[in-house]
Amino acid sequence: MLDLVAGLLIALGTVFFVAGTVGLLRFPDIYCRLHALTKADGLGLALIALGASLMARTPGEVFRIVLIWFFVALASAVGGHLIAAYARRMDRTREGSLRHD
Amino acid sequence: MTDPLILFDLLLAGSIVALAVAVLSVRDLFTAIVVFIVFGLLSALAWARLAAPDVALAEAAIGTGVTGALLLKTLHHLRHFSDGQTQDAARDLTAVQPVPMGVTVANAAFCGLVALGLAVAFLGAPQAGPGFDALVSDAMPHSGVAHPVTAVLLNFRAYDTLMEVVVLLAAVIAVWQIERGLTEAPAPALGMVWAGFARLTLPAIVVIGTYLLWKGAEAPGGAFQGGAVLAAVGLLLLLSRLYVPQPSHRGLARWAFVLGTGVFAGVALLVTGGGRVAFQYPPEHAKTLILLIEGLVTISIAVTLAALFHGREPVALNAPESRHDT
Repeated sequence: MLDLVAGLLIALGTVFFVAGTVGLLRFPDIYCRLHALTKADGLGLALIALGASLMARTPGEVFRIVLIWFFVALASAVGGHLIAAYARRMDRTREGSLRHD
Repeated sequence: MTDPLILFDLLLAGSIVALAVAVLSVRDLFTAIVVFIVFGLLSALAWARLAAPDVALAEAAIGTGVTGALLLKTLHHLRHFSDGQTQDAARDLTAVQPVPMGVTVANAAFCGLVALGLAVAFLGAPQAGPGFDALVSDAMPHSGVAHPVTAVLLNFRAYDTLMEVVVLLAAVIAVWQIERGLTEAPAPALGMVWAGFARLTLPAIVVIGTYLLWKGAEAPGGAFQGGAVLAAVGLLLLLSRLYVPQPSHRGLARWAFVLGTGVFAGVALLVTGGGRVAFQYPPEHAKTLILLIEGLVTISIAVTLAALFHGREPVALNAPESRHDT
């Protein structure tokens, strides 16, 4: 029973990953793509981590899975922010150089 | 009955080959680096599927994490030197010069020979033979550690491992010689969010790196994996400018570079005598000696990798540095 629930959660998580990937490929600009990728993957990862922790044998394993989830989610959020900030800066410099021309 | 995971394995193997082709054929350097990082991550997954978690950890930490950071830093350096033009012109400049045809052909021939040699060796090897498993497990009681991979790396074939540490030392010496006198490509300011991220992750990385090192005695992990993870501390400190290398730190850095190699070689030579040869640790002290070597080698690896990321030796320049503060 527990395994079934875990399997369902993991399957649901992969659906979000697929959705995020489709968004990455289909959305028009970098900000929409980042939005799709970080949101969908964050949720997908959380579901997969939840499923995996249901299948874990010891509390230590659950703790490790939670740690992995926390740091991957943190890194992906910060990475998304940095890429978006960089893209914004590039847009501004491009606009600036266009105005100079 | 075939393994149901065979489909996954085939997909994984196909993806790795496809990514390898993509890395070589992509024109844009940044894209090539990103594809290389994905390639490394999938290789790590492949090693995990081959039941080699030590190699998987090393591939993920060194082959992908640190190497990816080094490549990106190098690209930043290259683009900085083509500064003065607009960003787009700089991007054009990094387009690869066409490699002479002769070099391509020679490279292809060489790679073909290596592949052929590997194929011959693979086909010639006894299939499903016992390998060295029995030899290693027989010798385990004398090794001083409980994890066979650590026993092989730090005891049975310690000479090879010493040479691997020497390679890193040689690399940092070469970088400090070559980059002498080059001006520093200023790292972009990464902002508040990044600073908060660094503050939160730094202590965790220190714990994880030390854990990997300590755990190496009985489970997958060890000096190289721990050292690479600890090097990430250096990368975070350098990127967030919490630590700025000063010329006066060079002496300490040099000691840290040499520490691992020196102690490793020193221990190997000091245990000789009384019927023992170099690297033949007395079994009753083997665990202590291995831990001592691994601990100090980890520090050296971490400092060396961080120094390689920083690149240029922190020298006092006479000419005022160009500043690009944003």
